Amino acid sequence: MNKSVGRNLLIIFLLTFFSVLISLPRELPIKFEIGPIKVDQTFTRQPILGRDMDLKLGLDLIGGTRLTFEAKTDDINESNREKALESLKEVIARRVNLFGVSEPNIFLSTFEGKNRVVVELPGIDNTQDAIDLVGKTAQLIFAEVVEPTEGDENSQGGLVPTDLTGADLESADVVFDNVSGKPAVQIVFTPEGGDKFAEITGRNIKKVLPIVLDNDVVSAPLVQDRIEGGKAQITGEFSVEEAKNLAIQLNAGALPLNIELVEERTVGATLGSDSIDKSVRAGLIGIAVVMVFMIVMYRKLGVVADVGLIIYGVMTLALYKIIPVVLTLPGIAGFLLSVGMAVDSNILIFERFREEKIKGVNLEYAMEISFGRAWDSIRDANIATLVTAFILANPFDWQFLHTSGPVRGFAITLAIGVGLSMFTGIFVSRNLLRLFIRSKFK
Amino acid sequence: MIKEFDWLKYKKIYFAISITMIVICAYSLINWGLKLGIEFTGGVEAEYKYTEEVNLDKLTSKLEEKEIVISSSQKTKQSTYIFKVADLNEEKRVEFKEIMGENLEEIRFELVGPSIGPELVKKTYYAIAIAAGSILLWVAYQFKSVKYGVSAIAAMLHDTFILIGSFSLLGHFLGAEVDFLFVTAVLTTLSFSVHDTIVVYDRIREIKKKHGGSVTDIANRALTETMRRSINNSLTIAFVLASLAIIGGDTIRWFAAALLIGTILGTYSSPFVAVPLLETWENIAKKRKKE
Repeated sequence: MNKSVGRNLLIIFLLTFFSVLISLPRELPIKFEIGPIKVDQTFTRQPILGRDMDLKLGLDLIGGTRLTFEAKTDDINESNREKALESLKEVIARRVNLFGVSEPNIFLSTFEGKNRVVVELPGIDNTQDAIDLVGKTAQLIFAEVVEPTEGDENSQGGLVPTDLTGADLESADVVFDNVSGKPAVQIVFTPEGGDKFAEITGRNIKKVLPIVLDNDVVSAPLVQDRIEGGKAQITGEFSVEEAKNLAIQLNAGALPLNIELVEERTVGATLGSDSIDKSVRAGLIGIAVVMVFMIVMYRKLGVVADVGLIIYGVMTLALYKIIPVVLTLPGIAGFLLSVGMAVDSNILIFERFREEKIKGVNLEYAMEISFGRAWDSIRDANIATLVTAFILANPFDWQFLHTSGPVRGFAITLAIGVGLSMFTGIFVSRNLLRLFIRSKFK
Repeated sequence: MIKEFDWLKYKKIYFAISITMIVICAYSLINWGLKLGIEFTGGVEAEYKYTEEVNLDKLTSKLEEKEIVISSSQKTKQSTYIFKVADLNEEKRVEFKEIMGENLEEIRFELVGPSIGPELVKKTYYAIAIAAGSILLWVAYQFKSVKYGVSAIAAMLHDTFILIGSFSLLGHFLGAEVDFLFVTAVLTTLSFSVHDTIVVYDRIREIKKKHGGSVTDIANRALTETMRRSINNSLTIAFVLASLAIIGGDTIRWFAAALLIGTILGTYSSPFVAVPLLETWENIAKKRKKE
């Protein structure tokens, strides 16, 4: 047994060491002064497994917006629906990327025939802009004005769309109109688009050529001459922001489906950092009370449990970074709840240990037998919790269950906590106790 | 040996306590119901911090001109307000924000469409059904007895009902709202309740195997042996959650409170609901067999 304890303690030590390494912030300033020795430098961790191992925080902690749009798919038949939704997601992703949001998250969600796109944008403060940018279809059409044919009662004048559309665009950019100085969008056609444009302008000289965006005429310039070269300018009552958004939408392509905003959740950066401060403080105080309680109740055994708890905390944090888990406010609550459950393994064992000790068996034997017996309870009980965590986390994205971020965040941290606590509660505590009991006798 | 205590002698008292709690909760639920958050009702909840004090009446009348009705406005801190609007579509949302003004910091803004609430309720039912069903199967399989499984589930439903009822009371008297996170807390309570019951059941099974004896004696002994553990464990969880509920900030307050209530109930119901139920049932079954 001697050998295996030594080996196990080495494993624990190495795991803890690596966990501490990963848990620490990437850049750690070290400053201290002992007599003549002065240290003032920043310790920077090299990437591990090709990743920087930073803790990922959810929208409720860093601030940002989560937008849920519902896609109108009624007029699209079943077989094309999935394709349309996929391309909807792609177009939105392109728009968001062009807008310059770092680490956006875009995914589809379906429930009972309702198709939705969820767009998560961290660190956005102007939500209206984001909604406008994502939500507009941006269907661009050049139309011709047709006069009613004289003598024909049935003939009606109006706008007739040409075959020149947003699909013929090469690029779009914000420019400022030479005459008015107002922001406008300059578009460059593809070679084919340029030919079409030349032909259309050629047959509409001295006529207006309305530019229609999402069924609204945004401008109706008068064509002076046939335009070669494949360039045009859309002027209108744009603000700089609007022009910029329009350019992004045109560059990213039109949405294949109409979408409507059904849910919005915005958390300001202040509330986010406030939540972090408060919940971390609350968590530290709570854990400190638990540690004191364990020492008061179980004396030296309590100290061993507390060491186990610290190792547990460090390993949990390291796992969050490795997986990586997006930490949310409910996630922090899930972690704290799992701390309580981690301590439970120890309490179960220590109570067992007390009983066995009363029976008068030797300490080492009492300890081994307590761990053996308590393990059954711990395993059976924790499986019940893991089942619930599994349903809440919904890892297979079953659409009849919740797919919401906050609930999932809670369930994932709870599950990791329960799983890891079985490891630290049994393996770590047991080997630490073996060491502890042996040193007591020798 | 640890001093034996005849826990089950007082089982009528435990049942009376549980029934009283259930009656109070049922009364509260019937009379006051639950205070549903916007996730269930749909609508808008916005929290703004203004750089200067604002005239609420002026804001309200301006909004009314645009046919936007504020259902409640509440001052939380210095020049910080929470506004609630029953319904707001995309166009109205723009108007709302325009009227609210520029000199503010948006602390949070939540808009939930009318279709979300019913879906949430449906998904919650599914989640509870699947969780309860799989836990029942697990317990029944582990202890090779439907009685164990059903008693554990009865204790679990007891906890869930009282948790929901207590939020009806908290909603009525303190304004606690039932939201998405509350649903999570309920589901966690489900599992925690069973978690605790299994620990006691496990001890019953072990004593039965090793020493045998009457159902009542076995149950009493198991309760004695697990009581300290139950109390100590629920205390440690309570320390963490109470700390979170008190100083963890507004966003998480009621969630932590719900988990706290659920934890206490879960610990209480294992020795005082699940085991007495199981013992009573086993005894009745035995009597029937003899007859």
